[in-house]
Amino acid sequence: MLKALHQRPHLTAILLAVGLAALPFLVGTGLGNSWVRVLDFILLYVLLAIGLNIVVGHAGLLDLGYIAFYALGAYLYAWLASPHFGLHLPFWAVLPMGAALAGLFGVLLGTPTLRLRGDYLAIVTLGFGEIIRIFMNNMNTPFNLTNGPQGMSLIDPVSIAGLSFGRPLHVLGVTVPPTYLYYYLFLAFTLFALFIALRLQDSRIGRAWAALREDEIAAAAMGINTRNVKLLAFAMGATFGGLAGGLFAAFQGFISPESFSLWESILVLCMIVLGGMGNIPGVILGAVLLTVIPEALRYIGDLQRSTLGHIAIDPSDLRMLLFGVALVAMMLFRPAGLIPSRQRKRELAATDSVATQEQGDLYDARA
Amino acid sequence: MAALLAVENVTKRFGGLAALEGVSLSVAEGEIYGLIGPNGAGKTTLFNCMTGLYSATSGTVRLNGTEIQGQKPHQIVRHGFARTFQNIRLFANMTALENVMVGRHSRSHAGVLGAVLRCRRTRAEEADIREHAHGLLKYVGLSVRSHSLACHLSYGDQRRLEIARALASEPKLLALDEPVAGMNPTERQEMDDLFRKLRDGGITLLLIEHDVKLVMGLCDRVAVLDYGRKIAEGPAERVRKDPAVIAAYLGSAA
Repeated sequence: MLKALHQRPHLTAILLAVGLAALPFLVGTGLGNSWVRVLDFILLYVLLAIGLNIVVGHAGLLDLGYIAFYALGAYLYAWLASPHFGLHLPFWAVLPMGAALAGLFGVLLGTPTLRLRGDYLAIVTLGFGEIIRIFMNNMNTPFNLTNGPQGMSLIDPVSIAGLSFGRPLHVLGVTVPPTYLYYYLFLAFTLFALFIALRLQDSRIGRAWAALREDEIAAAAMGINTRNVKLLAFAMGATFGGLAGGLFAAFQGFISPESFSLWESILVLCMIVLGGMGNIPGVILGAVLLTVIPEALRYIGDLQRSTLGHIAIDPSDLRMLLFGVALVAMMLFRPAGLIPSRQRKRELAATDSVATQEQGDLYDARA
Repeated sequence: MAALLAVENVTKRFGGLAALEGVSLSVAEGEIYGLIGPNGAGKTTLFNCMTGLYSATSGTVRLNGTEIQGQKPHQIVRHGFARTFQNIRLFANMTALENVMVGRHSRSHAGVLGAVLRCRRTRAEEADIREHAHGLLKYVGLSVRSHSLACHLSYGDQRRLEIARALASEPKLLALDEPVAGMNPTERQEMDDLFRKLRDGGITLLLIEHDVKLVMGLCDRVAVLDYGRKIAEGPAERVRKDPAVIAAYLGSAA
């Protein structure tokens, strides 16, 4: 059946489009409206994972502070569209500004770290992520910029051409709740990001990123301006992060520094590693799994309550345990991810290369 | 013959150690110029100074009259000066074809917008990059392996691929750092033929090599480095008989 679909790309696209359009209604009636909210979060995480994948998967720059860009996008949205400063700019103006601010910070973070690689880069980016979070946490004095740990609330919902996403929509006798509306909005942005990421991957820029990841010195000797290409990767990744942040703020209506902890950065990174670093379908799968599984685990709490009468194992503890087990299992059985990229797969599986065969032949000849 | 590459008085110090001490040489257009010397003489350091990986402590490097010393590697490639590396530096997990396509970076322009919109110009450029890369793989005799990973190629083929990748930037001057090291006599002969073919195609070659037989047969002129200084320069035959060169290689009678 998969093969039949592969031969008919148009049919596949139509089926996929219908499936994605019907998904919230199917999920909403089948599992309840709270699961439509989970769908929304899946899309936000897919957006984040696509962005981080550019930095980590393509350009090979390990970024542990990625969530800071998400935070910047969210806070900018809150500053410009909430009662906090009394500003209520429209959604279509604020969102690009948030993405641009995050992109700018991507370059600001990238510039001093140009010479760093691997572990060293990871530590600096981790520090950057924490600086942004702690800044947001403490900037309620001397003047109240972020409202500190209490966070910012009453953020304006998205409103497009008079259609507010804050209230249910009534069309043709059907009531469409806000979570459904946000689903379609997020879907549009995610598809947009997906389109950009796929096109970049298979281009001169994408090859330059791959070359940078493989060998920076050789890349420079091929005429690649490694500084610009690195900053571009940081900026592109951060822009997607900022975009997701703005959408998150509008969707939640409330943000606080707690939403942007190091754990979130690690979670997004885990999605990429789990799914298959550098491979976009893999990254999407990783984001879906790591958002759905924790939600599904909540039922284990209910299950315990109904069968045992009390909660023996806290589901959130179980979540961490399962995460740990899953990651260890991954490293053992599928080190390149669930759907590995062509390159990673080769990297980790390349044992019987022609070169090593030749080496073997040499030894045989000598013996 | 006009000097394509003019190196003047290049000195490179690493702390107290002088790796190069006032080295000057000039490579004429269309020749094959050999750079030889015992291990640690500073040959690769000189290459790195010329191609922008190091910046020289003092001295100038001119390519076609343009000062390139102090420029970044990616800028120097654009002037038409490409190189290969002593310890092969291919993009190991990319295919042979992709490696050569990356080599074309300095001669193509598509940016983010072009890549995302994939307009006609980008598509044409992309097709051109691909075609050019296929052509170069054929030129060095690697057509059949174009979809193999670089790390899966045999050692000799990796050397060839590195040359094809360097050629993709359309160099006037190609610097090869020990291109036949570790090859058997047959492979060496093939490389010798390739170098002659390149020269006849109008590319000036600068090569570091230990294989004296190859250097003597191939190079129009040779310079000898020892302890960071140039101790001889000239036609291969004359350099071979130079007492200073013999002393550097074999040690002098006390």
